[in-house]
Amino acid sequence: MSHTVQQTRPARPDKGKRAVSEGKKAERKLGLLLCAPAALVMLAVTGYPIVYSIWLSLQRYDLRFPDQQKFIGIDNYVTVLTNSYWWTAFGVTTLITVISVAIELVLGMGLALVMHRTLVMRGLVRTVALIPYGIVTVVAAFSWRYAWTQDTGYLARLFAPEAALLTERVPALAIIVLAEVWKTVPFMALLLMAGLALVPDDLLKAASMDGASAWQRFTKVIIPVMKPAILVALLFRTLDAFRVFDNIFVLTNGAQQTGSVSMQTYNNLIKGLNLGIGSTMSVLIFLAVAVIAFLFIKVFGTSAPGGDGGKR
Amino acid sequence: MAEIVLDKVTKRYPDGALAVSDVDIQIADGEFIILVGPSGCGKSTTLNMIAGLEDISAGELRIDGERVNERAPKDRDIAMVFQSYALYPHMSVRENMAFPLRLAKVDKATVTRKVEEAARILDLTQHLDRKPGNLSGGQRQRVAMGRAIVRNPKAFLMDEPLSNLDAKLRVQMRTSVSKLQKRLGTTTVYVTHDQTEAMTLGDRVVVMRGGHVQQIGSPQFLYEQPANLFVAGFIGSPSMNFLPATLENSELHTPLGAIPLTDRVRRLAEAANAPREVIIGLRPEHFEDATLLDDNEKSRGGTFNATVDVLESMGSDKFAYFTVEGETATSAELDELAADAGSADLTDGGAQIITRLSAASQATEGAETTIWFDADKLQMFDPSDGRNLTYTE
Repeated sequence: MSHTVQQTRPARPDKGKRAVSEGKKAERKLGLLLCAPAALVMLAVTGYPIVYSIWLSLQRYDLRFPDQQKFIGIDNYVTVLTNSYWWTAFGVTTLITVISVAIELVLGMGLALVMHRTLVMRGLVRTVALIPYGIVTVVAAFSWRYAWTQDTGYLARLFAPEAALLTERVPALAIIVLAEVWKTVPFMALLLMAGLALVPDDLLKAASMDGASAWQRFTKVIIPVMKPAILVALLFRTLDAFRVFDNIFVLTNGAQQTGSVSMQTYNNLIKGLNLGIGSTMSVLIFLAVAVIAFLFIKVFGTSAPGGDGGKR
Repeated sequence: MAEIVLDKVTKRYPDGALAVSDVDIQIADGEFIILVGPSGCGKSTTLNMIAGLEDISAGELRIDGERVNERAPKDRDIAMVFQSYALYPHMSVRENMAFPLRLAKVDKATVTRKVEEAARILDLTQHLDRKPGNLSGGQRQRVAMGRAIVRNPKAFLMDEPLSNLDAKLRVQMRTSVSKLQKRLGTTTVYVTHDQTEAMTLGDRVVVMRGGHVQQIGSPQFLYEQPANLFVAGFIGSPSMNFLPATLENSELHTPLGAIPLTDRVRRLAEAANAPREVIIGLRPEHFEDATLLDDNEKSRGGTFNATVDVLESMGSDKFAYFTVEGETATSAELDELAADAGSADLTDGGAQIITRLSAASQATEGAETTIWFDADKLQMFDPSDGRNLTYTE
């Protein structure tokens, strides 16, 4: 008796469920099939290198001594994480990231507000503002380098005719930040402008009726309402800034301890031909980036604009 | 509490478009006034100028006798309710309602007290800690009202506050808005395109068209004495019936037949120097099924025979639709009204007459019926400028 009861009981809801989801199931199957080629390509071009570099990071593998290749577990990680060069580079990278992203946020917001309010020649203003982002970074970096070169550079002559700024640590870092900021403010502004468009005009009108000054409207209405867009912009830029390479490569080539973690990785992997250590550093950068993304998403609740409906 | 005076207020946009022209309105302290008109008539622009959200191009706006043209919205001490409610999505209901008080640096205890009092009046107490996103349309609307009333402003401005609600809720909220206004006694300017709202809510109604004020008066006065064709056609639902007519020897020749002028109408028409060609207007309730009337009553008006196209029984009375052969009344005002109602291209040969008959009427669809109308109630309009020839103050 009990046996038959047990059999019929789960059968019923099961049957009902299946009847409802029959079409959905087929649809899901088709969806998976349609995604499969793209997913396979992604796996081949990103998944494989990631797995391969993790594999390499667990080996002693120096191309100068190929005979000594050997699986050594986490020894490479111990080597890198106890090395002061790595931590200096890590500090420099963090510093550049925090300062440049902070400046970019402020300037980008200003630019976004200007572009949002512009009534005449909107298209032209937006295009002009985007020019720096359209210029190849290396080209722009070279022009910054020439501009700051002692004796010949116009900026060097203007601001510090006596000093070789690119050869001193702090000024060199400042110039790197300047180049980064100059390049990515327009990108930031574009992302923030999309967020500004999410703030309804009525809300601002209501705020001014409620007695808010322009600054209060900005801080109490505009910023909270466009917070999702701000967080997305910050996430993109932080991830990007943490991997800074080309500006440093051209401007100082990492001299005077201005190298970033990406520079260190490049030096070990490509210049030093040490696949093991280089891959370890790559994996560490990957982890750092993953931690940043995790923090943004879990701690600040970053999500696609408009996606935080009922959340606090 | 304040008196608001609009003195020849004009709004001209930089491209030269005239949105509002020479608007003169005197709003008494505590009055509930409605600005009504079809879309694009300048009613919202007028409201925004009172709010300070739009600059005034010419003329003067005075609140309590003080010129406020140059004052920022926040310095005018006026609260506004928007059609979209404009609630701050990142704040709870409580924070939304407290926002104006916080900005005014009111102390915390007072803020809490006032917010809770407003919440009680508006029946929002159990929703105070929810976000606007989790509220229904009617609740959001009440939060918007709450945000307006917490700070006891000099006046309320409401920009179509009920338009986003469904029909049933709108009727309900209409009553509560009216009650709330009576209870608080705060001067209120209310913008709507819905003539029913205008008729039911306001102490006085301002009918606007193309940036000009057409008429200001109590709902009943506008209904009975419209200043022109536009007001006559706009106020009232179903709207007034219009027919072309020729005035000859104290008689009106209309598609309904010849109508002798009553003394009242003749006197007014002579005083107004009526032209030969006129448009006559008759409200639906001034018709009746002739079989229900005795001869004495019938003699006060005219009768005509027509076939009922459509009969709508409302229970309490019946709406009978007729098509009257012959030309239809035309004028710029009527064309605009038809365009606003979206019925511009619906005229299919002959004028349509809507009549409201007693429930006892035996009229049936498709059958010819004799219909009586009250000739003394007819209004006469000049087709060239739309003015009401039978208008009395």
